[in-house]
Amino acid sequence: MPAVNPAPGHPELASGPAPAQTPAPAGDPRPASDPSSASSPAPAGRKIVLEPEEIRRALTRIAHEILERTDGGAGVVLLGIPTRGVPLARRLAERIEQVEGRPIPHGSLDITMYRDDLRLRPARALGRTEVPAGGIDGGIVVLVDDVLYSGRTVRAALDALNDLGRPRAVQLAVLIDRGHRELPVRPDYVGKNLPTSKQEVVRVMLAEVDGEDAVLLGRADSGGRE
Amino acid sequence: MNRHLISAGDLTRDDALLILDTADELAQISDRPIKKLPTLRGRTVVNLFFEDSTRTRISFEAAAKRLSADVINFSAKGSSVAKGESLKDTALTLEAMGADAVIVRHSASGAPQRLAGWVRGTVVNAGDGSHEHPTQALLDSFTIRRHFGRSASSRAAGAGAGDGALDGLRVTIVGDVLHSRVARSNVLLLHTLGAEVTLVAPPTLLPVAVGSWPCSVSYDFDAALPKSDVVMMLRVQQERMNAAYFPSVREYSRRYGLDAARMAQLPDQAIVMHPGPMNRGVEIAAEVADSARSTIVEQVANGVSVRMAVLYLLLGGAEGDS
Repeated sequence: MPAVNPAPGHPELASGPAPAQTPAPAGDPRPASDPSSASSPAPAGRKIVLEPEEIRRALTRIAHEILERTDGGAGVVLLGIPTRGVPLARRLAERIEQVEGRPIPHGSLDITMYRDDLRLRPARALGRTEVPAGGIDGGIVVLVDDVLYSGRTVRAALDALNDLGRPRAVQLAVLIDRGHRELPVRPDYVGKNLPTSKQEVVRVMLAEVDGEDAVLLGRADSGGRE
Repeated sequence: MNRHLISAGDLTRDDALLILDTADELAQISDRPIKKLPTLRGRTVVNLFFEDSTRTRISFEAAAKRLSADVINFSAKGSSVAKGESLKDTALTLEAMGADAVIVRHSASGAPQRLAGWVRGTVVNAGDGSHEHPTQALLDSFTIRRHFGRSASSRAAGAGAGDGALDGLRVTIVGDVLHSRVARSNVLLLHTLGAEVTLVAPPTLLPVAVGSWPCSVSYDFDAALPKSDVVMMLRVQQERMNAAYFPSVREYSRRYGLDAARMAQLPDQAIVMHPGPMNRGVEIAAEVADSARSTIVEQVANGVSVRMAVLYLLLGGAEGDS
């Protein structure tokens, strides 16, 4: 694949609230809250980094990129990683269908049983795995997740795929790439590159799961998931 | 959830639903070309069977292997138990071998409870005397859920409502309740999940304390049939009978056996279950056992999924209390 790594800063997406802020006091790069910047109310200690409209545009762009790089989406199967990767995969499939006029197989891939940190926490409930009827053999699987962080989820997903079949290629689409990789994993499609510190928490909210669309950035102690 | 699974009565409604929902997901594995998950890699599961068993032992073994655990099978025949070794010494031997889980079947009620006090690993009761058989009850509830559209997959498809429990379903359990660990575990679990349970048996085959169980009791099978969504037939456990509990097998079969005529009295959607092994012609007629309403073979297949869920939830996470 050509060197089209979506490097930091999609100009059209870098216009979130962050640049509009007044300079933060020296020594504190993360203003805890900035009431002037958020148009919709964000929980205390968090700031909105993507508005619903920006999420919509990012997904539309990713849908077009997938079509470009897979020659019109032939053989593409979109598999979302629960919880929030699943609605994202469905939205991408809808957009591709709007452009191409034919349905794109999509489903979900639960990776819980393949995690490398199972023994660090109590056993957790499983998500759903739904592979489209055509299977994945010989296709181009695009894994879809909300946030790319350590890369361990993707590693687990690759193992899970291995037990399901043998795709021709596997690609990765994420809404947010927040850096701090611990494994050699690189996304093919990125909604927004979001430089973060490890003390911060990125929370993706989607209407299907959370009732509204937003991406929030907050401190680790303000709750939420990575 | 507790660290051990000794009694179906220890499970809360949420625990039971978590196990059943997990089993729903794991059931998909059976349809795949590669029926294996790496989840319990490096864990050791010991099947400690002091009593004969075919399906339960094989089912646990298949479940553990599909989760990539190492399985050691131990049956009392041909072991040091035949030389007089006690349960405790056997347990300590297993402990020294590093068993992470012990699946135990024993003819003495309460043996798994004792064992849980002696070993560090997780203990799963695979049937103790006439006390309990919790994984059988779980797989029975799992089977009922699937037939009445309350499994996780049918709820995801929008077909069923609710949280996947068995609220409002009428389950009739028929036969040798006195000697049945399956009956006791089922009554406890079905009650937890909201089903209405009726026990039907001759008075001699009901335990003395049945009045304290969360179910109703009837001696009239024919009256219970039209009011049953599920009929669960129990095996007449001749090997545990040291007295005459009924005049003759033929009379038992006439009054408490499920034949085609009785099956015809059931509502249209009703299913017929049996934990196995069956005495065809005694508690269940062959034509009923082989009919479309019978879930007997399906129960065996579901057993593997449910036991995978139990092993995963007990062994898959961090050690110690959650």
